[in-house]
Amino acid sequence: MKVGLLVTCLVDMMRPRIGFAALKLLEAAGCEVVVPETQTCCGQPGYNSGDRRAAQALALKLVREFAGCDYVVAPSGSCAGMVRAHYPELFHEFPEHLAEVQRLASRTYELTDFLVNVAKLKEVPGKFSGTITYHDSCAGLRELGVQGQPRGLLARIPGLKLTEMKEAQSCCGFGGTFSIKYGDLSAAIADKKCNHIQASGADAVVLGDLGCMMNIEGRLRRRGDGKTRVLHVAEVLAGMTDESRE
Amino acid sequence: MYFKPRASEKLANPTLQRALANFKERFVGARTEAVAQVPNFEELREAAKAIRNRALANLDLLLEEFERNATARGARVHWAEDAEAAARIICEIARTHGVKKVVKSKSMVSEECNVNDALEAQGVQVVETDLGEYILQLAKEPPSHIIAPVVHKSRDEISDLFAEKHGTPRKTEIAALCREARDVLRPHFLSADMGISGANFIVAETGTTLIVTNEGNGRMVTTLPRVHVAITGIEKVVPTLEDVALLLRVLTRSATGQPISNYVSFTTGVKGAGDLDGAEHFHIVLVDGGRSKLLGSDLWEALRCIRCGACMNHCPVYQTVGGHAYGWVYPGPIGSIVTPAYVGIENALDLPNASTLCNQCGVVCPVKIPLPDLQRKLREQQVDRGLRPWTERAALRLWAWVAQRPGLYALGTGIAVRMLSAMGGKERLLHSLPGASGWTGGRDLPAPAGRTFRELYRKRAVRQ
Repeated sequence: MKVGLLVTCLVDMMRPRIGFAALKLLEAAGCEVVVPETQTCCGQPGYNSGDRRAAQALALKLVREFAGCDYVVAPSGSCAGMVRAHYPELFHEFPEHLAEVQRLASRTYELTDFLVNVAKLKEVPGKFSGTITYHDSCAGLRELGVQGQPRGLLARIPGLKLTEMKEAQSCCGFGGTFSIKYGDLSAAIADKKCNHIQASGADAVVLGDLGCMMNIEGRLRRRGDGKTRVLHVAEVLAGMTDESRE
Repeated sequence: MYFKPRASEKLANPTLQRALANFKERFVGARTEAVAQVPNFEELREAAKAIRNRALANLDLLLEEFERNATARGARVHWAEDAEAAARIICEIARTHGVKKVVKSKSMVSEECNVNDALEAQGVQVVETDLGEYILQLAKEPPSHIIAPVVHKSRDEISDLFAEKHGTPRKTEIAALCREARDVLRPHFLSADMGISGANFIVAETGTTLIVTNEGNGRMVTTLPRVHVAITGIEKVVPTLEDVALLLRVLTRSATGQPISNYVSFTTGVKGAGDLDGAEHFHIVLVDGGRSKLLGSDLWEALRCIRCGACMNHCPVYQTVGGHAYGWVYPGPIGSIVTPAYVGIENALDLPNASTLCNQCGVVCPVKIPLPDLQRKLREQQVDRGLRPWTERAALRLWAWVAQRPGLYALGTGIAVRMLSAMGGKERLLHSLPGASGWTGGRDLPAPAGRTFRELYRKRAVRQ
């Protein structure tokens, strides 16, 4: 099956390794992966900030770029959720695009969801020794039902121990532009998440969204915690957590 | 209304932060447990939503039916177009019946209409009898939560307040504080001429108003004084008592985690010939106050709300700043919708934006109001009406413009990641970033790798 990798703008810029980890996992699951070169942003910043027209333009661009794929997969619950849960609503006033958009939306998946439920990945290539705790990102969890998938995959890595933190499902305070517009409030919410992560005693917090990742890592470091690692689930599953190999 | 500075002030208040942490633990835990005990809670939510939708779809007819049936049982229904009209009507009722003292049970709509101020301005004494509301009346503060109004106060603060206002020795035991409040309130119940209550629902088929309470004060307010005034919003009507039975099952579980509240008081008409108690005069004040305008708009689903408070209990923003930060009567996610709708979108610009859109509210709402979607709609209205700061608009427009031009985008992001990477230094962290102080004020920014995925991927493709 032909899978289009929706790299996402944050992975593209901030941590490209996650994109390569996703690529490795999809190939390990036997997919033919294509990476449309002109892809940029799914339109979420505009959509969530009230700029519907900008969001529509970017959404339509994405729909066309991935039109030839059997599936679209993103290493992000929030970008996959944008396409799957919000694109159909976004084209509400343009019925001429609706069929095309709906077709793509229904074939769009978050990475771990896709690996478990569609590609049925057999061997998890990752290696990790230590204790991790998993943070459920809001969009992945509440828009796409991503919860058991990453945990199930992580459990198959020998040497990895999963310990649940308190309130794993509560928001980390990122919220896109919210984190800049209401910075102190956002950081205060992140603080509660960091407390739970540290109390879990895990060596690393693992999660599936770049936004939460930057927020949590940024707050942990500012608090002076240089030790707790913040890893994307794709990095752990693909065995690409080694900083020196970037 | 300035949410932002108020929120910062609340973040710096350690007493409030402790109170909010306790509150969250208690209310979130109680709901989770109560919901787990009902095997089909999701079906109940769906059914509750359907009842509320049906009521809103037939609002005009149901309100007329309610008025007919309430009137037939001796009540009088008053229609208030806005908050001022509601206050005026209640003042007029008090004047007509020669009222000197009013006892009140909890009503958020009365807060919306400033009923207390209006009555006091014409010389009527008003006594709040819900314990939380009574405390706030002593402290001269507004409620910070729709069902737990005093959640922002610590027990210590209440001990001090009672000692000061009652002139009694300071007590710290909760039971002793409650006893003291009861001793103060009891004579007021017996001497009041008029009782004011809210109504959680009004029932069209019987003309009944009902209140859901835990302290018993509501029952005294509605039965002891000779005049009873029930004030509520026009959207609270439901077709039948059967509908109420279902809504109660989701309401109290979502609110306090109780399978049923201690009291559910139904009031139908005035005291009859053989009745031992009940009011002789029963006035029902139904307030529009922006609701009928909301009904026809794309925010109409907010009118399904049954005021359980679950959305605020579960909201990471409410849990962090409390209800007063929101600036009007209704805080939390539902407040972020109805406040702009009722006081004007330009008067509450922060509220729909001060949300992470995490949708924790949406998944607990007993009538399935898509709160984040409605917040997003309000954000769209702000953009359409030119109410966002130009810097924000310019930044978003620039992003969207560049993102539609892949060549330019690749160039721009390539330069940006190199700069940020260089700024990250050996530590791989940025401690400050011009133009992004909102972020770096409380967080570092992990430095990017220095090459975009796009560049690295192309290089790899060439190598292969």
